[in-house]
Amino acid sequence: MVYNTTIDQVGCKERVDRIFSRSIKKESKIWALNTVLSMIDLTTLEGRDSSGKVKQLCYKAAHLHDKHPGLPKVAAICVYPSMVAIAKKSLERTNIKTASVATGFPSGMTNLNSKIEEVKFVVEEGAEEVDMVISRGHFLSGELNYVSDEIAKVKTACGRAKLKVILETGELCTLDNVRKASELAMHSGADFIKTSTGKISESATPVVVLTMLEAIRDYFDKTGKKIGMKPAGGIGKSKLAIQYLVMVRETLGNDWLTPDLFRFGASSLANDVLMQIVKQDQGNYQSSNYFSLD
Amino acid sequence: MAKNSKVKKSDSIDWDYSVALESTDHISISQEYKLFIGGKFVKPLSKKYFNSINPSNEKILSKIASAGKADINKAVLAAKSAYDTIWSKMDNAERGKYLYRIARLIQEKSRELAVIESLDGGKPIRESRDIDIPLAAAHFFYYAGWADKLDYAFPGSKVSSIGVAGQIIPWNFPLLMAAWKIAPALATGNTVVLKPAESTPLTALKLAEIIQESDLPPGVVNIITGDGATGELLVNNPNVDKIAFTGSTEVGKMIIKSIANSKKKYSLELGGKAANIICEDASIDQAVEGIINSIFFNQGHVCCAGSRLYVQESVSSQIISKLKNRMDHLILGDPLDKNTDIGAINSNEQLKKINMYLDIGKKEGGDFYQSKHTIPKKGYWCAPTLFTDTSQSHRIVQEEIFGPVLAIQTFRTIDEVIDKANNTPYGLSGGIWTDKGSKIFQVSKKMRAGVIWANTFNKFDPASPFGGYKESGIHREGGLEGLAPYVNFDNRTL
Repeated sequence: MVYNTTIDQVGCKERVDRIFSRSIKKESKIWALNTVLSMIDLTTLEGRDSSGKVKQLCYKAAHLHDKHPGLPKVAAICVYPSMVAIAKKSLERTNIKTASVATGFPSGMTNLNSKIEEVKFVVEEGAEEVDMVISRGHFLSGELNYVSDEIAKVKTACGRAKLKVILETGELCTLDNVRKASELAMHSGADFIKTSTGKISESATPVVVLTMLEAIRDYFDKTGKKIGMKPAGGIGKSKLAIQYLVMVRETLGNDWLTPDLFRFGASSLANDVLMQIVKQDQGNYQSSNYFSLD
Repeated sequence: MAKNSKVKKSDSIDWDYSVALESTDHISISQEYKLFIGGKFVKPLSKKYFNSINPSNEKILSKIASAGKADINKAVLAAKSAYDTIWSKMDNAERGKYLYRIARLIQEKSRELAVIESLDGGKPIRESRDIDIPLAAAHFFYYAGWADKLDYAFPGSKVSSIGVAGQIIPWNFPLLMAAWKIAPALATGNTVVLKPAESTPLTALKLAEIIQESDLPPGVVNIITGDGATGELLVNNPNVDKIAFTGSTEVGKMIIKSIANSKKKYSLELGGKAANIICEDASIDQAVEGIINSIFFNQGHVCCAGSRLYVQESVSSQIISKLKNRMDHLILGDPLDKNTDIGAINSNEQLKKINMYLDIGKKEGGDFYQSKHTIPKKGYWCAPTLFTDTSQSHRIVQEEIFGPVLAIQTFRTIDEVIDKANNTPYGLSGGIWTDKGSKIFQVSKKMRAGVIWANTFNKFDPASPFGGYKESGIHREGGLEGLAPYVNFDNRTL
């Protein structure tokens, strides 16, 4: 593979600004808010996570705001490997997916064998989606084949589980690198490409998301395969989430506006969206105390 | 355009943006506008009026006075008297204060001006709000700053004002062009008679109200409305010392002929047929966006529009397919909808001209593509259009269309594309897209155009001189260079 597509940072930013200047109101806003909810990977990735915490989050995933009937459920719950079994059990009677991070998340600084073992473990525990991290050190030192092989092997270990490949774009420094890593991940077997772990200060930025969406479009044009996209980290407000839907629509088209192909990795976004939905319905904002904090 | 967003039975999603109209309840447009002469709105001696319409729905917006010969005499004499008695004698710094005041008033009224600009001219509110009006204010601010620094503008030279400037502006950027003309003329101590275009007089008349509010001495700026005949009378008025014109090359040539035997100075900003060159090593998606901005900005009613696209053969099919996809995502419709990308064509006359070129292009056999848009029933509209597989011999490649119509050619080597880019009587602007810095210098040095953009297009700044080579005009507007057409150089040894 030759990865020679360059990204002009200034031009990319300009396109983002233009996309973000779209004004989404009325029916189109209500549709967008509901769609955002259905695309959320409700996430808890902390060292202090416990089975109690995960159970509560899983309940919330299926019951976002029962006072308001007709709301969609979130797409998935995303947890650490040791919490997969609990999450899986808690989500039993829902169609919400269980997703797990793996491969030495968040740094990925471990050997390939333990990465593979970890992936096999989470799949056996019941994870239907695996969020892996790429080896950024190898990528930056130019060992693209190493990174590619690693992704391919993890993909094999995933079996039927979907593979989301986290590029950790905040560590890739340039948009050219983001583009290169996106292509590499897709060619190596990613079902989704994902921006960030949420564990470093720079997470999903609009220029990065646009660059990855454009890479997905070019990959689709070349191969006919639809790869999904997951921006993660830093998306706490519904306005920004809707702007990302606009970005998807104008870059990849309406076909991608489904949880099968687009997800938000977020923890606080759901409540902000709920607040907006209730406001659209009732005409005024309710205090945040009306929305559950799980 | 936008319908209810819904999931269709087939499960395919049809998410359109609901209409998001900019409100019009904060604007005021009078039913009738008179001529702005000597600081007052006065009835035309000609007793004639014409209508200004909204090109997106053909509704009449206002009745506008049409200035005849006597009216023009009156306006020019008002300007001459203001020049002789007040403006040329005023302290430079004082003149600057008035310009700053006008700039601030434009900013204060920017929302109203933007809405009126979109109503009268058909351009999307996104552009009038984000580009036209802020840039117009910026021009006044910029030249306000020069007013008290003229002694330092041209080292080694003393400069003085010329007198009465007769200024004729086009319909594509009505208020912005008024700012480009008035600001440098006033900063250098001249007085002005400005004639806005027949189809878009409203923001210039709102500017007249702003000028009244700014307490600018009466007669320093006079704004007279009318058609081409009014413009011709202004050009030929014996008391006008300088003509500044922006418009077609055809009219520019007529102006030069008609003032050849006079003392009048002139500056002209005329037509263009800019080459926009995409090299194979360009950042492709950003280049595609650049093409959109170069030709579909303001419905292609832009003298510096990149209407000739040259794409290196190895990336041409990729670029064209991406371009078509991007065109289909543009939103065409009500100029006041905040989501509109493509507004109405400015006038029926202009639409006829564009359609004539579409026919010519189809007959010439260029491969024709038009974006998939529903055209509103009322008003004047043209969907974004491409002609691929064209050559230098096509008329649609040679002549200025002034609409959303792009003629695409492929090229193989840099030398070849530079020759083709220069193979035109015009030379206003150009664009080059490449990831390689050295190539930018190579191309921009050899392209014969007044403004060249690299990895971007249609960017304007009051500090940057704008104007053409060859038949695209003479003199520059904007920047330090934009002062020169409004001064005499008095190099005397005392």
